[in-house]
Order: sequence, then structure tokens, then C-alpha cells
Amino acid sequence: MNAQENMDTRGIQFGFGFLKQEASFDIQFSLIDYDGSMSYARAYLVGLLNTLLVSFIGIILCTLLGAVIGVARLSTNYLIRNTASFYIEFFRNIPLLLQIFFWYFAALRALPMPEDAPLLFGSSFMTIKGFYTPAPVWNNFDIFLVTLIIALVIIFFFNKFAKKKQEEEGKQYPKFLISLGIFIILPALTFILGGVDLSWSFPVLKQLALTSFTYEGGMGIPPELIALTLALTLYTATFIAENVRAGIQGVGKGQKEAAASIGLTPSQVLKLVIMPQALRIIIPPTTNQYLNLTKNSSLAAAIAYPDLVLVFAGTAMMQTGRAIEIVGITMATYLTISLAISVLMNWYNKRIEIQEK
Amino acid sequence: MINTNILKPNKEKINLFLLIGFLFFSLGILDFCLNNFYGKNITAFLPGFISFFTPLIFGMIGLYLIRIEFSGIKLLDNLNKNINTNNFNAALSISIILLIIFSVAPLLNWFILDATFVGDSKEACNGGGACWVYIKTWFNRFMYGMYPNAEQWRINATFIIVLGLMAAGYFFPLRYKKYLTFYYVILLPIISFLLIYYLISGGEFGLEWVETGAWGGLSLTFIVAFFSLIFCFPIGMMLALGRRSDLAVIKYSSLSFIEFWRGVPLITVLFMSAVMFPMFLPDGTYVDKLIRVIVAITLFEAAYTAEVIRGGLQALPRGQYDAAKSLGMGYWKLHIFVILPQALKLVIPGIANTFLALVKDTPLIFVVGLLELVGMLNLAKTNPKWLGFSMEGYVFAGIIFWIICYSMSKYSQKLELKFKTDR
Repeated sequence: MNAQENMDTRGIQFGFGFLKQEASFDIQFSLIDYDGSMSYARAYLVGLLNTLLVSFIGIILCTLLGAVIGVARLSTNYLIRNTASFYIEFFRNIPLLLQIFFWYFAALRALPMPEDAPLLFGSSFMTIKGFYTPAPVWNNFDIFLVTLIIALVIIFFFNKFAKKKQEEEGKQYPKFLISLGIFIILPALTFILGGVDLSWSFPVLKQLALTSFTYEGGMGIPPELIALTLALTLYTATFIAENVRAGIQGVGKGQKEAAASIGLTPSQVLKLVIMPQALRIIIPPTTNQYLNLTKNSSLAAAIAYPDLVLVFAGTAMMQTGRAIEIVGITMATYLTISLAISVLMNWYNKRIEIQEK
Repeated sequence: MINTNILKPNKEKINLFLLIGFLFFSLGILDFCLNNFYGKNITAFLPGFISFFTPLIFGMIGLYLIRIEFSGIKLLDNLNKNINTNNFNAALSISIILLIIFSVAPLLNWFILDATFVGDSKEACNGGGACWVYIKTWFNRFMYGMYPNAEQWRINATFIIVLGLMAAGYFFPLRYKKYLTFYYVILLPIISFLLIYYLISGGEFGLEWVETGAWGGLSLTFIVAFFSLIFCFPIGMMLALGRRSDLAVIKYSSLSFIEFWRGVPLITVLFMSAVMFPMFLPDGTYVDKLIRVIVAITLFEAAYTAEVIRGGLQALPRGQYDAAKSLGMGYWKLHIFVILPQALKLVIPGIANTFLALVKDTPLIFVVGLLELVGMLNLAKTNPKWLGFSMEGYVFAGIIFWIICYSMSKYSQKLELKFKTDR
């Protein structure tokens, strides 16, 4: 084996024991407690969580934006239709990496320094060092979380019950209002009864040195995360918009006319007839886009956002020199995420598929 | 004398309504421009947030007044039909118009009016707009990377010859048309490779040798994209056929190959080619960085191409296979003459998307230290003499990539129409 020989000459041994060693490097942005004295495995986890965080935010935002743009693309209004297609053609044809660089190195660098940043919405600051916003400080957060989960479970069973009632007796409940009520009232009760308490910690300007300022307290979102999320969202939304458009156009005109002719209101037509059919066309390619977004989030390494690739395949590899193991683990991680999402989506796809006889 | 109800626009007093409507509309735009570009608020006497919305309100009143059905004026009818069918639509249209004014005016200023075009140093740029002098000074580097200035004609010559050879396919005499695929898939890549090897890389025939590390800029983008494009198509086709094969070994090895490459990000693939791959080579052998990168991108994109082509293969009705088989065609004959020509025609949009993705992925090769256009920009940005012009650089590269990708997608749409046959 050539690999074995090469590793022997370089004095590297194959094995995963290094994961338990002390990492001794710092990571700028971390969702869990981390410092240099912790192990490489912990550093890996920090990187993985950062990757998942940016993918999660990106997926939510690009779905919303993509849906709006996709519908706008079909608008009868000339200006809206063409603005939407301009947006799509513009952002789709520029490499994502270039967009990330643009936002990070050009656009966000034009923001003010912390000491001159204007106040936004009375409590937040947008500065060259990131976005500072008030952070919630919870007391007994676990009670609140448990109640929230209970509320969701109740809503789920209530909706099942209401659907059954409607199918059996034709009785209709105001499903949405009751669900919303449960969702708001139950968690709100914990504030009164469960000793849950919420206060806000506000960012305050602090002088580090003569000309160096920063904000303390509150929640700081680093500019790397902002640039990455912006670029991923704007880029992926163009593809999702096209999927949404294709899905809505894919529903036959006859369906809409038939639905209207039996007396459904336009919103009912959209909700009961068009969307269920359009979703079948929209979901498979959109899943692909979600996967692409997750994989593209690895471009974070280019602007030093500490994601999996930068932390693990970058810093950790430089320090340990274990190229084979580390690149292998990184690839296996992405492969797992990809396969997991596609299994999940295939299951969902099966569920909403037309049951043909 | 007809009583005029000012709230109900009608056809009788059309000129009056048009005039008032137009005035209101212009007032809204004027108010908006004064607010945003000159810092004057002509409606400051109104309370805060109403005065913020005045352009929208004026505009909506204006559009309401000119909303006259069957006015007999063609332009007005078209306008109403397209942007002004009801109040909601009118509000959206006004918002879009204001948004366009809000964004286009500063952009125009930055791009052209305040920009600096002449000069040869950073000091020339003091207009407050874009500094195109920066692009002008660095243009050679952005196009050719670190390639020696005196030798750049070699890159130009190669590109011209390759382009000429590509175009030559169009002028093939009719009786040689059947060799066209052979020419494009086998002959052209070989000729181009030899050209690039001997002309750009040099080292023989009295040409100075230039190592691949010095290649860069847009020409490197083209080289990487060109070879990856040419190779990923046949490999993808083989993989797609392999995935539908009846032999379990071929089927599952193609399947796992495709799923593996599709499941990992390109950046890790490039990492692999840069740091992991050399470990597996015997001592003393060395594969050039550029070749490793091209191989990595090719395999990566081939997996995507394979899935696209498989979609086309699956879309063909079984009857096509059965009919071809009943004529006594073997596996290869069947695919080459019956199945693939139809399947490939179906998947032109998908293939074009994959190719576009490939072109847009080329900047990623910076992770192995090759500097194509975007990499060169990042290098130029850190030059102490030219600090602070990253915006111009990215905008310039953005325009170039946009033109390449947009024309590719337009071309694919044209091809799609050309090969469209109703079945």
C-alpha cells in the first residue's frame, strides 16, 4: 500500500485516537461551551453545529423568499413579474463564492465602526464587527420548553380529532384559531404559574483600548454568519422560486376553473385545490436545493466562518496532519446529512403522493 | 353641464382625470426623490409616519384617478391592464417603482457619474464613485494571472485556435457529419490538451516553460471549465447507463459512485485531491495540481450529469427499447442509435444547468492555491498600493461571470427549441 508507506515515511500513524487529544486552538463563534483545552472531538462538534445553524437559517429564509418570488413571477402585474425575473436571472448567474466574498469583503466592510453605529429599532446595532441585538435571559427555561412541546402535541391531536369529526359528522371547528390559542395560552401560563421569567440583556458599548470598541451583553451575530446567510439565501431562493413557479404552473388550468365553478372562494381554491397538487411537483426539486444549500455552506471556509470544513478540515488538519482520517470524517458527515435529508424527504414524498389505483 | 364626481373617474372627463392623476403621481415621485436624495421633506408638517408614506399615498391617488376602463386610449388601457387593475396592485406597482428609483439612482452615480476612468494610480480616484482605474491597471493580472507578460500571446493564440476548432464543427461538409460526435468527444479534447500542454505550458520548441502555479485569472477559469465540461459528459453518460445496467456489480458500483459524489461538497473533494490524494501515490510520482483539480471537478460534476441523463433515459417509453430490440439491435447499437439521441434531447435544460453549476464552481479551486479570476481579485485586494477597492473587483468579476452564465443559459434555451420534437 502506497498510503501506508507514505505515512510511515512521514511518521504519521493511522487511527482516530487523536480525536481525544487537546485541540489547543480557539474558535471564534460557538453554540456550545468550547475552549482550547477541549478535545478535537469537541471542536468537531462545534464546527458541525455551526454548519447546521447556517444551513437551518438559510433553508428557512430561502424558502420564504423563494415562495414569494416564485408567486411574484406569475403575477399579472407587469412590474412585479419582471422585477421577480430580473432578481432570479441576476442572482442565479453569479457564482456563490463571489457573492459571499462581495457581501463579506465589500458590502459589510462599509458598515460603521462599533462606536459610531446608529441605534436600530431602539436596541440593536449593525456594525462592521457584526450585528448586536438584545438577548433573552431565561429563568426555568426547561419548564417553558416542555410546555411548548406539550402544546404542540395537543395541537397535533386536536387537529386529528377535528379532521375525523369533519369526515364523520361534517362538523367544522375553527381549527386555526383554536390551535393558535393553545399555542399562545399554554406557554403563557408558565409565566404566571411555573416561575418562568424572561428578561432582556442589552448590548452596551465598551472601550477595549483607546480606539478599539466593542459591545458587551446581548447577542452578537458575527459578520461572517450574516454574509454567508445572506449569500446562501439570495442564491438558493432563485432556484426555489423557479421550482415554485413550475409547480403552480404545473397544476392544470381546468383544476382552477373546476374548483371555482363549484363555488370555492379564491383562497379556498389556492388552499384546497392548487397547493396540494403544486406541492407534489415542488417538493422533490426543492429538497435537492436544501441539500445544495447545506453543502454550499461549506464555502464558509473562504471567509473564516468556523464551520465544519474550516474548523476540522482546516485548523485541526493543519495541527495533526492526519489528512486521510479528517477528510474522511468530514466527507462522511456531509454524506450522512445528505442521505438523512433525502430519506426524510422521500418518506414525506411518498406520503403526499397520489394514490393511484 | 355634467356634474363631476371627483371620486369616480369616468370617461366623459377623461382629460381632467388624466391630468390630475398624472399630477398626483408626479408629486409622489417628486416627494420621494426630494426625501431620499436631497434630504428635503416637503410634507414635514404631517406627523412622522404619515409623512413617510406620502409618496405611496400620492401615487395611489394618482393611479386611482387614471383607472378608467375602456378609455379608448391604447396606451392607458395597456397601462391599467398591466400595473393598475386594483388598489392592491397599484400599491405594489408604486412600491416597485419607488424601489427602482431608490436603488438605480445611487448605482448609476457609483458606476458612471462619479466614477473615475482615467489615471494610473490610486490617487486618481477621488470622485467618490467606482475606481475603474483599478480594474484597468490590474486587467492583465485578472485575465492571465501570474503568467509572464511577454508570453501572454501564447494563451491568446491557444484560445483562438481552440475556439476556431470548436466552430469548425459547424462547417463540416455533409458527408463527414457522421464523424461530428467523434470529433467533439475524442479529437477536440486531445488536440486542445496538446495545444495547452505545448503552447501554454511550453518547455519545448524554444518556448519558455511556465509552471501551472503561475497560470491564473480568467484564462485559468476557462481552461478548468473547458476540460471539466468535455470530460464530465461522457463519464456521466457511462455512469447513467451503468446505473440502469442489469449486472448487479456495475449497477451498484455506479450507484454508490454517484451517491458518494453527490453527497459531499465540492470543497471537500478539492481538499481530498490536494492533501489526501498525494498520500496514495508511490514515492517520487507527482501529479500536477491543475490536473488533480480538473479530475476532481470532472468526477464531481459527472455524478450530477449522470443523474440528469438517467432522468432522460427513464422518461423514454418502454416501446422504444422493445422496438429496437425486435430489430435485432444489441446493447450498444440500441443505445447509440435509438435511446441516447432521444434521451439527451429531453435533458438539454438539465445538462445546461449542470454545466452552469460547473462554471460557477470553478472559483472554488482557490482552496488548493490556484488563483483564477476570483482568487486574483482577493490577491489584488491585499496589495498595499491598492487597498480599499474590493467592491470594484467583485462587481467586475460578477459582470463577467454573469455574462458567461447568462449567455450559456440563453444558448441552451435556443438548443432546446431547435431539438424540440413533438411525440
